[in-house]
Amino acid sequence: MLAKRIIPCLDVRDGKVVKGVQFTNHKIMGDIVDLAARYSDEGADELVFYDITASAYGNKVDKSWVRQVAEVINIPFCVAGGIKTLEHAREILAYGADKISINSPALTEPELITRMQDEFGKQCIVVGIDSYHDQESNSYKVKQFTGSDSTTQFTDWYTLDWVEKVQQLGCGEIVLNAINQDGVKNGYDIEQLQKVRSACTVPLIASGGAGSIQHFIDVFNQTNVDGALAASVFHKQEIAISDLKQQLANNQIPTRID
Amino acid sequence: MVEIGKNSIVIIDTGVCNLTSVYQAIRRLTDEVIASDDPKVITQAEKVVLPGVGAAQSGMQSITNKALIETIQQLTQPVLGICLGMQLLTQTSEESSNNSPVKGLGLIPTKIEHLETQGQPLPHMGWNQLSNMKHPIFDGIANNAFVYFVHSYGAPISDYTIASSDYGNKFSAAIAKDNFIGLQFHPEKSGKTGEAILNNFLNLRIEQ
Repeated sequence: MLAKRIIPCLDVRDGKVVKGVQFTNHKIMGDIVDLAARYSDEGADELVFYDITASAYGNKVDKSWVRQVAEVINIPFCVAGGIKTLEHAREILAYGADKISINSPALTEPELITRMQDEFGKQCIVVGIDSYHDQESNSYKVKQFTGSDSTTQFTDWYTLDWVEKVQQLGCGEIVLNAINQDGVKNGYDIEQLQKVRSACTVPLIASGGAGSIQHFIDVFNQTNVDGALAASVFHKQEIAISDLKQQLANNQIPTRID
Repeated sequence: MVEIGKNSIVIIDTGVCNLTSVYQAIRRLTDEVIASDDPKVITQAEKVVLPGVGAAQSGMQSITNKALIETIQQLTQPVLGICLGMQLLTQTSEESSNNSPVKGLGLIPTKIEHLETQGQPLPHMGWNQLSNMKHPIFDGIANNAFVYFVHSYGAPISDYTIASSDYGNKFSAAIAKDNFIGLQFHPEKSGKTGEAILNNFLNLRIEQ
């Protein structure tokens, strides 16, 4: 049976892991390589590294830390943030990353997804979607450049339309980040994930809102997502991955326990 | 030519896929590992790894361009194909940009088909369980151990299946014939279980 994946996300800025609340007031949490090794040892199924400043400021960030991560961990990992060209992607994959995730650059230039699929294969290409609930229209919409308050923009895309579009263009996985939920620890956005799941035939990862073990149990019991991503609850050691996985197993959720 | 020791592991550098992860994983187990596309180096190795990420067509094209087809077909030492590397060991693959199947190396008499998943998402991506293991490469691996898969095509269950997995339908998690072994999953990304499988490969003796 395919296990539900538990995916710690390490937000990276200036070569350090940071995590904030709703993308502001970032606090330094620890060294990238040390945290990566710790999570791998504790039973994480996969890691995601988001370089949160890269897209927002348009610079190409030094990603040589990716190679150091690849030397120490033997689980899959994905790198996101500021990957705008085939050359960036090729370099990061050559450093040893298994997947690259694109978000803002895909909104700016959707064909990038197809070109990356053609060169690296669908399985390497993850699209991250920052989706928010628009009260006025009672619908879900996509935001861009969410790395910092000053750069965040609204887009013309409704979330469900964008989910369809990125699959047509060739992505191999979608990470749906509910940004009303990010960092506030009220639980995953179950209703939105159910809607997106019904439109999504590639693996779907839930992101945004995890504050307790029960939130993980809820998202796996109430939506058919393939994995759940979280950051601060792991970094701050509020939830131990081993406890989380034991609880998932106790709730008959397919889980990898070594 | 690169000087290599008698006990070396050679990873075939097909040019289309990233060798870093496979190299690092084997490097954690032995110092005697290099990547090469030189037929002499590959032929002299004690053991050979054929890695692979990407599509069957570009994989075969690259091996053809590097004139490595006969080199690989004539190897008598243990050869481990990983993911696409496994798929290339078979006779044909359905994964093709036109409608005609891609011809493989023909070393394990089975074929690669699109996965039938009963509506579950594709690619089949993540940690899934091994069962029906019957090969020394799985010595000490517990039934239902989890390993990491990323693929949309696979080999059906056949006489050459040495481990199976289930994603909507059962398929070959590993296949073998004589000195050729193929793993559909990525041992280099499969934590402690993957490390144990790679270690078994390094210690494998094929009876001539």
